[in-house]
Amino acid sequence: MTRAAADYGDVVVAAPVTVPYVRHSIRSAHHFVARALAGLLRRAGLAKSEIDGLSLASFTLAPDTAIGLTQHLGITTRWLDFLPLGGASGVVALRRALRAVQSGDAEVVACIGADTNHVDSFRQSLGSFSVFARDAVFPYGSGGPNASFAFLTSHYMQSFGARREDFAKLCVAQRQNALHYPHAMFKKPLSLEEYLNARPIAEPLRLFDCVMPCAGAEGFLVMSRGRAEALGLPYARVLSTMERHNAFAEDPIQLRGGWSLDRDRLYGSAGIAPEDVDLVQTYDDYPVMSMIQLEDLGFCAKGEAPEFVRRHSFTTDGSFPLNTCGGQLSAGQAGCAAGFLGLVESIRQLTDGNLARPVEGARFALAVGFGMITYDRGLCSAAAILARAGDGA
Amino acid sequence: MIPPLPRPKRKNPVLRTRAPLLPPGPRSRAALGLTAAAALGRFELQECAACGAVQYPPREACHRCLGVELPWRRQSGEGELIAETTIHHSHDTFFRERLPWRLGMVRLDAGPTVVAHLHGGCGTAPARVLVGARLDKAGQGVLVAFPPEEVPNMADDRQLREMTCDPKYRKVLITDGKTAVGQALVRAVCAAGAELVWVGHAEPWKKLPGLEQIDAMPGVSLVPLDLTDSRAVREIAGEIGGKVDILINNAEVHRTQGIASRSGIEVARAEMDVNYFGLLRLAQEFAPAMRARAADGQSSATAWVNLLSVFALSSFPGQGTYSASKAAALSLSQTLRAEMRPAGIRVIDVFPGPLDDEWNQTLPPPKVSPEALARAIVAALRDGVEDVYPGEVAAEWFARWRENPKALERELASQS
Repeated sequence: MTRAAADYGDVVVAAPVTVPYVRHSIRSAHHFVARALAGLLRRAGLAKSEIDGLSLASFTLAPDTAIGLTQHLGITTRWLDFLPLGGASGVVALRRALRAVQSGDAEVVACIGADTNHVDSFRQSLGSFSVFARDAVFPYGSGGPNASFAFLTSHYMQSFGARREDFAKLCVAQRQNALHYPHAMFKKPLSLEEYLNARPIAEPLRLFDCVMPCAGAEGFLVMSRGRAEALGLPYARVLSTMERHNAFAEDPIQLRGGWSLDRDRLYGSAGIAPEDVDLVQTYDDYPVMSMIQLEDLGFCAKGEAPEFVRRHSFTTDGSFPLNTCGGQLSAGQAGCAAGFLGLVESIRQLTDGNLARPVEGARFALAVGFGMITYDRGLCSAAAILARAGDGA
Repeated sequence: MIPPLPRPKRKNPVLRTRAPLLPPGPRSRAALGLTAAAALGRFELQECAACGAVQYPPREACHRCLGVELPWRRQSGEGELIAETTIHHSHDTFFRERLPWRLGMVRLDAGPTVVAHLHGGCGTAPARVLVGARLDKAGQGVLVAFPPEEVPNMADDRQLREMTCDPKYRKVLITDGKTAVGQALVRAVCAAGAELVWVGHAEPWKKLPGLEQIDAMPGVSLVPLDLTDSRAVREIAGEIGGKVDILINNAEVHRTQGIASRSGIEVARAEMDVNYFGLLRLAQEFAPAMRARAADGQSSATAWVNLLSVFALSSFPGQGTYSASKAAALSLSQTLRAEMRPAGIRVIDVFPGPLDDEWNQTLPPPKVSPEALARAIVAALRDGVEDVYPGEVAAEWFARWRENPKALERELASQS
C-alpha cells in the first residue's frame, strides 16, 4: 500500500492566463512564452523579479529549453522545470510547482505551456517526436497520431458498442460551449450532419474528431494563499492530483489509462466523490479519449461511456458540464499549451474569471491530462481536482 | 477480394512522368535489424537473451528484465488483427499520392503489438493474420499483415506491389541469353507474366544452342549486347533504356584458376572486364533512365538484379580470380544500390553456390541447376528481397560466413 500523499496545505493556484491561439504564426515559441509570462505578471500585479520559479512545457523551443528562456526573458529564478509532456504537462507542472512552494524552494512559480505553429512545423515535428514513432509508426504513412487513435477508436467501438453519433454528441456539445469562449479557433456551431459527413481522415475518424494544431500559450501561478490574498488575487485550491506513466503496458491496445490505478486515492485525498464534481475538463485530443477518461475517473463503469454520453448534455448550462471552453476539439491544440487548457479553464471557472460561460454554483472541477503517443498509445495520464476557495476538505 | 492487376495501357508520351518519392526512411540503428532480416526475406524481432521476451519496436534494452543482449530471431508472424484503419489523409508526400492506405494493429502470438501495412486479403478485425517483413520503397524493413492463407491475386495487392518487384506486366532485360542460366531466366520471367523480354547476346554471329527457341517465344526479342564494349552498351541503352523495368545482369566470364596455376593476367582481366567493368558500363548507361522511371505508373522501373557468386563473400582459391571479380562486382553493386535508393529501385544481389555447368564440372554436387537459379531470381523479385543465396551450398556457406568468416576462409582453402 502506497503511503497517502500529503495535502497541499496553503498552496493555491491563481492568475489563469490564455494567450489567444492563432492557426499559424511566424513567431517562435519564445514569443508565446513571453506573452504568457507578461500576462501572468499583469494579472497578478507582480514584478518580473518576484517570480522565483519557472515551469515550462513546449515542443517547439528547440534548441532551447527552460534554462535558455531565463536569459531570454531576463528572469532570475531559484527553481526551474522543463516538462515537455504534451497533454500531461499542465497537471504535472502543477504538481511539481505545488510541492516547490509548499517546501519553500520557491515562492511564486509561473507555469507555462506554449508552442508555436509554422505552416510546416506539424509535419516536421512528426518524424522527430520519438524513436519508436520514427521506427515503427511514421514509415506506415499515417503521419502523426491520427492512425493510432483510429485504431483505438475502432477497437473501442467494437468492444463497447460506441457509435459515431456518440462521439458526435461530445463534439457538438463542446462546440456549443466554445461559442461563448472568445479565444476558440472554431466560431460556428457544428451540426450532427456536418460531423458525420466530414471528410474521412483515418477510418473511423473524420475531420471533426481531430484537433486543429495552432500556436498559443496557457499559464497560471502557484503561490501561498497568504501571498494571493495580499495581492488581492482570486485563487483556487488544489485538493488532490495524480500522474501515472506507461500504465497497463501489457494491454495489447489502449482501452484504459493510468487514471484507473490512482482514481481511489485521487478522490480519497480530495475528500469528495465523482458525483461531487461540478465540471470536468477531459483531455479531448480525440473524443474516444474523453469517453475513456470518464470511465477511468469513475463517472461510469468501463464500457459504459457511450450510454453515459447519451444521458447527458455536456453544455455549460446543461447536465455534466464538460470542456466548458470547447476543449481542444473546438478551441484548438496549441502543442503543450493543450495540456494546460483544461486546468486554466478550471481555475477561471472556480475564481469567477470566466471567459466562457460560467457553470452556475461550481465548487469542484476535475482537469485531466493525457499525452505522449510515442508508439501506439498515450503514455501519460494525469488529473487534478480543484476547489473554489472555501470549499472542500 | 483483390482485383487482378490490369494489363497496363500504352504510356501517353505527352504526360509528365511522375517523379519518384519514398516513404519515410530514417531509422534508429536498432531498427535496422528489421531491415537486415527483411533484405534476406526473413521476419525477425529482437528476443532478450536473458529472459526470452520478444521486443517491438526495436530497442536497446529488454522491456521486461533490462537485459541489453537482444539478438534478432526469426518469428512465425502469427497473430490477431485487433484493430484496423484506412487512412485518407497523410502529411507524407509518398503516401499522399497513394491514398487510401490500409493499416492494421496486430497482436503477435509472440507478445508485442505491431503496426503493419494491411494486405487487402485480410479480413476485418478481429481476424487471424500472418505478419511478415518486407523492404519498402525506401529500402527499409516494414511489417505487412497478410491473410493466413493464400488468396486469389495475392501478389497484385496495390499496397504490396509498392514493396515488391513482381515481373508481371513488366519489361525485362536479361543481359546474356547464350548461357543455360540466361535461357532459364527468359523462360522464368515469361512464365511470371513479363510483358516484354529483351535478351542480350554478344557476338551475334555465333549460333549457340537454345537461342533460336528463345527468340521464337512471344514477347521475347534478341538484342546485341557486349558488356566489354562501352559504345555498344551506350547504343542499346539509348534504344531500350527508357523502357526497361527490370534489368537482370547475368553476363559473366567464369574460369577456374588461382594465382599459381597460370601465368599472366589475361584471363583474369577478361573476367574483370565482364564481371566488374561490364556491370559498371551497364550501370552508367541504364541506371539514370531507370531512376527517372521509378514511379512511372503501375509498371514502373523497379529492380536491378546482379548475378554474383557466394565466392564474392570469401574467396574460393580454386577459382580465385573469378572470386575476386565477383567480390569487386559485389562492392560496386552496393554503390549502385546506394545510388538507386533515392528512386526506390531495388538492387538484388544473387549469390549462388557452384552452378551445374561446364566450368564447375569437377566440383561435387549439390550444384545449382540453371532452372532453380532462375526460379530463385523470380521469387526474389516477387518478394522484393535484396540478397539471395539460392541452393544448399550457398545457404550453408552464407551461414558459415555470418557465424565466423575466418573459419569459412580456412574451410574454402581446404576444399580447393
